[in-house]
Amino acid sequence: MQTVFSRTPTLKDCTTHYCPGCGHGLAHRLVAEVIDELDIRSRTLGIAPVGCAVYAYDYIDVDMIEVPHGRAPAVATGMKRMRPNNIIFTYQGDGDLASIGAAEILHAANRGEKITVIFVNNAVYGMTGGQMAPTTLLDQVTATTPRGRSQQNDGFPLRICELLTVLPGTAYIERCSLHDPKHIRQVKKAIRRAFEHQVEDKPGLTLVELLSPCPTYWRKSPKEAMAWIANEMTKVFPLQCFKEPEKS
Amino acid sequence: MMAGNFLEEVIIAGFGGQGVILAGKLLTQTAMKKDLKVSYIPAYGPEVRGGTANCMVVISDESVACPLVVSPTSLIVMNKASLLKFTPALKSGGLMVMNRTLIDVAAGRDDITLLEVPADDIALKLDNPRGANMVALGAYVTARGILTVDDVAACMPDVLAKRYHDTLEANIKTLKAGAAYIREHYDAVVS
Amino acid sequence: MSEKVLMCGNEALGEAAILAGVDGYFGYPITPQNEATAYMARRMPEEGRVFVQSESELAAINMVMGAAATGARAMTSSSSPGISLMQEGISYLAGLELPCVIVNIMRGGPGLGSIAPAQGDYFQATRGGGHGDYRCIVLAPASVQELVDLMQLAFDLADQYRITVMVLGDGILGQMMEPVELRKLPRRDLPEKTWAITGARGRPQNILRSLLMTDNQLELHNKHLQEKYAGICKSETRVEQFDVDDADVICVAYGIAARVVKSAVIVARDEGIRAGWIRPITLWPFPTDAIGMAAEHKGREFLVVEMSCGQMLEDVRLAVNGKAPVRFYGRAGGAVPTVEEVLEQIRKIAPVIVD
Repeated sequence: MQTVFSRTPTLKDCTTHYCPGCGHGLAHRLVAEVIDELDIRSRTLGIAPVGCAVYAYDYIDVDMIEVPHGRAPAVATGMKRMRPNNIIFTYQGDGDLASIGAAEILHAANRGEKITVIFVNNAVYGMTGGQMAPTTLLDQVTATTPRGRSQQNDGFPLRICELLTVLPGTAYIERCSLHDPKHIRQVKKAIRRAFEHQVEDKPGLTLVELLSPCPTYWRKSPKEAMAWIANEMTKVFPLQCFKEPEKS
Repeated sequence: MMAGNFLEEVIIAGFGGQGVILAGKLLTQTAMKKDLKVSYIPAYGPEVRGGTANCMVVISDESVACPLVVSPTSLIVMNKASLLKFTPALKSGGLMVMNRTLIDVAAGRDDITLLEVPADDIALKLDNPRGANMVALGAYVTARGILTVDDVAACMPDVLAKRYHDTLEANIKTLKAGAAYIREHYDAVVS
Repeated sequence: MSEKVLMCGNEALGEAAILAGVDGYFGYPITPQNEATAYMARRMPEEGRVFVQSESELAAINMVMGAAATGARAMTSSSSPGISLMQEGISYLAGLELPCVIVNIMRGGPGLGSIAPAQGDYFQATRGGGHGDYRCIVLAPASVQELVDLMQLAFDLADQYRITVMVLGDGILGQMMEPVELRKLPRRDLPEKTWAITGARGRPQNILRSLLMTDNQLELHNKHLQEKYAGICKSETRVEQFDVDDADVICVAYGIAARVVKSAVIVARDEGIRAGWIRPITLWPFPTDAIGMAAEHKGREFLVVEMSCGQMLEDVRLAVNGKAPVRFYGRAGGAVPTVEEVLEQIRKIAPVIVD
C-alpha cells in the first residue's frame, strides 16, 4: 500500500488537549511541517506562551521553553543574541502578544530581532474562560463583555500587523486565516516564508498572524466558527501580506 | 609622610563645574599609589545638579572601615554655600582650605587651621580659568603633608580623561601654584 | 598579583562579571546603578559578547531568562524599583531552575522613593520577592573588592545550583571608589548544562517548563527545590566576625552599614567597651548558626544596624531565638547611620570595662 499522507515527524504522535474545532492543532501541524521541510528540527528553539498553547512543547518536538505571559519576544531576544545560528520562534496568542506582551513584541520588532513570531488570533481568551481579548470584535459577547464589546468602555480591536508594519525592524508581516483549506494552504506558505527568511539569516523580525477558530468561547459549532472568521473577523482583520522583503 | 596610625577624612565641596569631584578622585588615586588605604564617595543625584557638589575621601594607613565622612579632619570649600554647610562639621583642630575668591564671609571657627587661598584669582592669572580646584588641592596637600604635589602631579594622567590630556601641563602648573601660595603665606603651617 | 586600580562599585561589578565569563548583559537605566549599564555597553562588545539595553526591567529579566535557557552566563543589574518589576521573571527563573546573576544597587523606597542609598529590599531579596515557594542566593558585599570577588562566586553558585543569585548592594557601594585588584578567581568544577535548550541534535527534546498541573508533580518539584535550598544552606553560608569572643554587645550589620558598625566597634573598644561585630555575607542562606552560637554566651546583647526600619532584624531575632536581647538601630529612606549614632547605641547597652 502506498502512503499518500503521514504525520510530519516533528509533530508528536499524541492526542492534544485542545477543544474540538480549535485552530491550535492545525497551526501546530503547519509549524511542524515547515520545520521538517526546511530540515531545521535540530536547531530550532521554540517558546511557548501563557494561554491555551502553553503545552505546545508537548506537541512540537523541538527544544522549547515556557515563559511568563507576554514575554516571549524578550526571551527570544536573549536566546537569539546568544545563539544566532539557531532558529528561534515564539508561538503566542492574542492575549499574550497583543495585550500583556504588547511592549515586548513592539520592541523586539523595533530592534529587528531575527526571530519568527506565530501569532494566533482567536479574538478571545481561551485558557481563562472566554474573556475579552484586545482583538475581540466590537459587540462580541465574552465573559467580561456580557453586553458585547463596547468601544466606549473597552476600546477597539487591536490590529497588530498594521501596527508592526510601519516599523523598519520588521521584514515580513502577513495575516492569514485557518478557516478553510484554501486559506490553510496560504498559512503554510506564509509560515514557511517567515522561517526561510530567518534560515537565510536576513535582517528583521518575521510575523504571521493566523485568524483561528475558538468554537468553545464563541459559543458556536466548529462549522459556524469557520464561517464567522470568513464573514466577520476578516472584515476587521483583513487578510493580506502587509510587508515582504525586497526580492533580490 | 606622617608617622604612626592616622585617619584623614576629607570633604571637598563646591558648586557643580568647579571640579571638586575631579579633585577628590585625584587625591584618592594619589594616596592609593603611595600605598595608603583609601575610599572615595561622591555625592550623587539631584544634589549634584545645580546645588552643591561634594565628595568624601578617606585616607589611612589601616584599611578604611567607614567610608562615609560626617566630621572631616580636613575641609576644602570652594564656594560660600559649601562653607556654610560644612564648616560646623569640621573637627576641632582640623584643616580648612577656603577659596577666598568666591567666599566673602569668615569661617567663624577659631579652633581650626584656616588657609584662605584666592584659588580662582591664582588660576585666572595662570590663564587656567577652571583650575581653582587644582590650586585648592595643591594648597591642601602642601599644608597637610601626607602627600606631595609631585605625587599628585604624577597621578593626574590616571584621573583626567584622555580628551583633556592637553590640559595636563597647565593643571600641574596650577596645582604647584597652590602649593607655592601656602609656602609663601602659611609657612608656619607647612613646617 | 594584578595591580590595584581605583574603581567605583558599579564599574567594578561589570568588570568582575566579564572576568567570570558573562556571555550576555541585559539592562535598563536606573539610578544609582547607571554606571554599570554604561560600562557593560562599552565593554561587552569589546569582548565580543552581548549587550542589549532592554525596553524595561521586565524585558531585561526575560532576556536574561532566554540567554540562561541556552546555557549562557547571563546577568542584569538594576536598582530597587527596577528589581520590583523583575519579580515575575525571578519567580519563573526559580521554577525553571535557570541560573543567572542579578545585581540590586538599592535606593530609598517605597515607590519612586529616592536615589539615595538604602537597604529596604532585604525582605524582597531574601524571601523570594515573587510568587511561590522559592529562594534566591543573596550575597551582600561591603567593599568594592568584595563586590568583585562575590560577583565571580555568584556566577559559579548560579551554575552549580541552577539558581538565581542576587548581589545586593546599595547606592554607596555602587558609587564609591576603592582600590581593587581585578583578580580572576578559579572557577568551581561545575556540572554540564545538559538541560539547556540548544537544538535537539542527537538527543531527545529538552523542555524548560514551570507549569506542572498533573499528578502532584508541582509538590514534588517544590520538594526538590527545598532539598536543593537545604543543601545550599549547609554548604554556602558565609559570615565575617570581628572581636566577638569576649563581647558584651555584638552588632549585626551587612553591606555599607557594616562598615559604619566596624568603625563604631573600633572606637567602642578604644573606650573600653567590649563590642564585637558579625557581618552576614550571605543574606540567604542567613548565618543563623553563627549568630545562634554567639547568643549562647550569657549576658550578651545584640544590636542590629540597618539602612531600613528593621528587616534583617527579624532573621537575627530568629537566630538568637530568645537567648539574648536584640536591639535595633536603623535609618531609612536614604539616610545612613553615622558612626557616632551607632556608638551611642553601643554605649547605652554595654558597660565600660576598666582593666
